Amino acid sequence: MSGSTRVRVRPGAYHDSVSLMQVSGAVGRAPGVSAALVAMATPLNVELAAGMGLPAPEGAGPNDLLVALRGEDEAALDGAEQVLEQALAGLSAPASAGWGAPPPPRTTAAAAARAADAGLALVSVPGPSACAEALDALRAGLSVMVFSDNVPVEQEVLLKDEAARRDLLVMGPDCGTAVVAGVGLGFANAVRPGPVGLVAASGTGAQQVMALLDASGVGVSHCLGLGGRDLSAAVGGRSARQALRALDADPATELVVLVSKPPAPEVAEEVAALAASLGTPVQLALLGPDRDDLTAAARAAVEAVGGTWSAPERWDPAGHDDAGLRRAPVLRGLFAGGTLCDEAMAVAARALGPVRSNIPLDPAWALPDDLATAGAGHAMLDLGDDRMTQGRAHPMIDQRTRLDRLAQEADDPDVGVLLLDVVLGHGAHPDPASELAPALGAAVARAAGQGRRLDVVVSLCGTDADPQGLRQQAAALAGAGAQVHRSNAAAARAAVALATAPATAPATASPEVPA
Amino acid sequence: MNRATPAPLSGLLAGPPAAVVTAGASLLADALTAQAVAVEPVDWRPPLAADGLDVPAALARVLADPRREEADATAVGRMLAAGAQLVDVRPASEALGLERGTFLHAGPPVAWEAASGPLRGALMGAAVLEGLAATPEEAERGLAAGAFAWEPCHHHRAVGPMAGVVSPSMWVFELEDPVGGGRAYCSLNEGLGKVLRYGAYGPEVLDRLRWMSAVLGPLLQGAVRAAGPVDVRAIVAQMLQMGDEGHNRNRAGTLMLLRELLPALIDGGAPSSDVARAAAFVSGNDHFFLNLVMPACKLATDAARDVPGSSLVVAMARNGTEFGIQVSGTGDRWFTGPAQVPEGLFLGDYGPQDANPDIGDSAITETAGIGGFAMAAAPAIVRFVGGDVELALATTQRMYEITLAESPSYQVPVLGFRGTPTGIDVTRVVRTGILPQINTGMAGRVAGTGQVGAGLVTPPPGVFTAALAALAEAAPPA
Repeated sequence: MSGSTRVRVRPGAYHDSVSLMQVSGAVGRAPGVSAALVAMATPLNVELAAGMGLPAPEGAGPNDLLVALRGEDEAALDGAEQVLEQALAGLSAPASAGWGAPPPPRTTAAAAARAADAGLALVSVPGPSACAEALDALRAGLSVMVFSDNVPVEQEVLLKDEAARRDLLVMGPDCGTAVVAGVGLGFANAVRPGPVGLVAASGTGAQQVMALLDASGVGVSHCLGLGGRDLSAAVGGRSARQALRALDADPATELVVLVSKPPAPEVAEEVAALAASLGTPVQLALLGPDRDDLTAAARAAVEAVGGTWSAPERWDPAGHDDAGLRRAPVLRGLFAGGTLCDEAMAVAARALGPVRSNIPLDPAWALPDDLATAGAGHAMLDLGDDRMTQGRAHPMIDQRTRLDRLAQEADDPDVGVLLLDVVLGHGAHPDPASELAPALGAAVARAAGQGRRLDVVVSLCGTDADPQGLRQQAAALAGAGAQVHRSNAAAARAAVALATAPATAPATASPEVPA
Repeated sequence: MNRATPAPLSGLLAGPPAAVVTAGASLLADALTAQAVAVEPVDWRPPLAADGLDVPAALARVLADPRREEADATAVGRMLAAGAQLVDVRPASEALGLERGTFLHAGPPVAWEAASGPLRGALMGAAVLEGLAATPEEAERGLAAGAFAWEPCHHHRAVGPMAGVVSPSMWVFELEDPVGGGRAYCSLNEGLGKVLRYGAYGPEVLDRLRWMSAVLGPLLQGAVRAAGPVDVRAIVAQMLQMGDEGHNRNRAGTLMLLRELLPALIDGGAPSSDVARAAAFVSGNDHFFLNLVMPACKLATDAARDVPGSSLVVAMARNGTEFGIQVSGTGDRWFTGPAQVPEGLFLGDYGPQDANPDIGDSAITETAGIGGFAMAAAPAIVRFVGGDVELALATTQRMYEITLAESPSYQVPVLGFRGTPTGIDVTRVVRTGILPQINTGMAGRVAGTGQVGAGLVTPPPGVFTAALAALAEAAPPA
């Protein structure tokens, strides 16, 4: 490979992965630079650097900053390092605002002591360190949302017991979404206020339900996240019980929707018994291969509170010339939302049989550890899974993993249909279509160059009030050749229809099955 | 819904939170700001790393120890409540039961082979002072051969500045905690320059020590017995408001002590020439009161010892080779690591190459929440320790991040009379990576040199991760 490379490690220089993603971007745009990775030297990032042909020095660890650069020549790399210095300097808060100004707090305990009016804490530090920050919050009298994943289950139990003792709530760990009295935490769509309260052991599941309620004019009182493990046998629904009781006592909540994967049976029994004992009706929206999809759950909720269900919108792709192209038979899904991936797999598996995955519906369908999909047939990946996010930002924020994977899947001669989710709202990427649309357009064109027709279906989860602009996002994605659906289940069914359409006939999406 | 019951989840759902504390990804904090919600962001960093220890797991274990909150509150409460009164001045042989041939020294235990130059020099000088050897060289041979014994001051309720060597004939201050009844001891301060505590042992050093034992000690004893007890804690509280931090600057404290004792000194019947020399010696030595601040702090930290489950640091001490800490929840165990060389300013033409690694029990002042922790109270000191006034203000404020409490007695005027940060918490040090700031003197590396400078130093991070590991082992299983 021509040009120059440079790999450096800065011990003990910590920045969060989102900030470093921005720095990486700035350095990568420097003149003459062809590749740049600025990231903490976590095992995943070290591997990523190695994959770029820029192996990290021995002994670099997750507390060290890894800088890996490739450019035209040494001068380009020097220039890149200057950009790096400026970008890093821009990240550091000023050490002191002058006389007497206290330095910024270093622990949640210190921050809580300074903000006496704080009602809540949001913890998104790396998983192994999340327990300490969450305990600080609880001991300061704050309920806490733990966004971090990779938190040991025994620490989750401990945190939730501590919270119960103090009449507080722990949302999480691995809780991506919550709305408390109109304030969205983590990934949260801008939804109108209203009578439906959600209790959710599934972040994107809750987002899908809220977005579809909002599209039918029905608002949300609160969405209390639980974390995906709350209803497991080990955690025993500790937060679910508190959340249900709290929403029952909340005068703004007329209906509670509990969104979750199928709980452990004994936990399900307890939670159902509790739900039945409450004054407020509780609608269980449990996900699973043989269950109703989230769109159906949203419809039921809309109707239960006296609203009028309006079928979720769809946007058709801009036409492109597909004369003479052959359709390959395989469907591949690339998801940022785990629940959306689950739901799509359930829909697809009913029609297509086994769908391989890193979060398989059936253990026999698991992809190998390296997640290679070549020759694997139908497959869907949850790119937001714990194992994919160690030491890096969630794909709803940082789309690099997905963009790489998109190019890879589109090049697979077996692949005829790609299914993606795009999740809007607070906390998510400010303009996902700006990166995805060109990548999709390029993928479709590349496939066409290989004589293949590639169809792309997007499940777009968002509301009209979301900061990214739902309609602009939909228009950009459709303009790049994607069929766009507001209902994830509808998107999955459309993708299945395309994958099962005759191999030579011009494909059109099959008529929508009304949800 | 039963209206008589309070809102569940402590009112979480009653309305939007006025503010949200955020720790982690700044993007999630930005999303709150975009919704017009006030955020209090945590400037989070990964915890200190330690070979062979899963630090986050150990932290979680210690933080989750059900005893901990109450244990820490108890320990730091005792630290803050302890008083300190000067009740007597006596020979160490009498006060500490120190026998001929035995010495006390600063820091954790250390063998002769590992002992640094200043500690060796001080022990050599003390051996000559006690008549155990005719010359420093002979004393050195005896010490190296194990003819004499030495133990940490801390093991005998005492604290020693720098080398901290105490021998039986030296006189010591005796302080009492009227709240808990504890006692603590410290030698009389010799002054600056070529002095035993900095490892010098020349004839002028020994002559001064002999005069201190023969004249100064008995004079002070008479004055304290006549005028005492002297409330040392009250003087410390006042000196902080007069520009001292109690470790490297004790000018106001020294003069206030003299104010308390002078009438009784004059009235004690001793020859006026002795009284005049004693008064001149004390008032000419700005550090004289340090040797009363230290045992006052020792009383406070000792009061906080031995509370199972507490991660409060109760001693930081250095022997010139190693830096050691002791923690309330782990008894008398020392956690040690290599002592660092301080950064700061040098006397005359001495430079960094002449400085010995950090030495002395004087970090007991920081352990009790003054010294480097009260830097903001002593703007006049900052140049001497190699900093500026902003550094002083920032240092004190940074220490609140690693302490459990603020002192109700010791206050910093420039910070709006905020109490000094008190009670170092092992878990906070490990979590934040902020190390306790210690103001210190620098001893010459070579035995016999004396003081070469003064500056700032921090403990080696490993002492805190080692203490954390021990606390985690001692925590009940989850």
